[in-house]
Amino acid sequence: MRLIYLGLLAVCLLGTALPLELVLHTRVFTRWRRLVLSLLPVVAVFTAWDWWAIARGQWHYDPHQTIGLVLPGRLPIEELLFFIVVPTCSILAFEAVRAVRGWTAGDE
Amino acid sequence: MTYTEAALVAVGATVALDLVVLRTRLLRRRLFWTTYAIVVFFQLVVNGVLTGRDVVTYDAASITGLRVAFAPVEDLLFGFALVTQTLCWWVWWGRPARTPSGGRAGRAAGPAPRRGPE
Repeated sequence: MRLIYLGLLAVCLLGTALPLELVLHTRVFTRWRRLVLSLLPVVAVFTAWDWWAIARGQWHYDPHQTIGLVLPGRLPIEELLFFIVVPTCSILAFEAVRAVRGWTAGDE
Repeated sequence: MTYTEAALVAVGATVALDLVVLRTRLLRRRLFWTTYAIVVFFQLVVNGVLTGRDVVTYDAASITGLRVAFAPVEDLLFGFALVTQTLCWWVWWGRPARTPSGGRAGRAAGPAPRRGPE
């Protein structure tokens, strides 16, 4: 089950992006510059937190349930992808709720 | 600093980012809380699988031991900070550029407004 974590991330991204982009026209990926600029500070902050927590032994990843690609700081590649996938899914959900309910976000 | 303490600091920093630093004030919007309610449901499911199957395990001395759907309650704070900070930056980068007088770009006369990243 080395693919469980990576598989979960793929399900999250595809299960969110395909219906919301295609059906609700959330247009998140067409605004890719804004998406990248929003992800960068978040990836930086949370990767740093992850490094710190791993170094202090606060949490640990099972090497038998990750694909084995480990980044500096003993960070499994899945963790870095988590900090890209979850924020992207959150933005998709945010734009989907806005599309359905018509509520304002403060960027109009 | 334990995971519990770090998670509480992260929530405080996130509230400050929204209300004071970027002034996106998402925490005062229905749009944010409705989105968060949806996201947190899926977070509990995914995190429940990861922690229930021991893909990730925690040092008992670093957490309170209180768990929700297999995951330490601290993970909810971690997730809240992750999702909220992301949405703050998303809204901040999507704001129209403002003129030096503080008015909305495009309405006041003057130099062309800075274009957003869109």
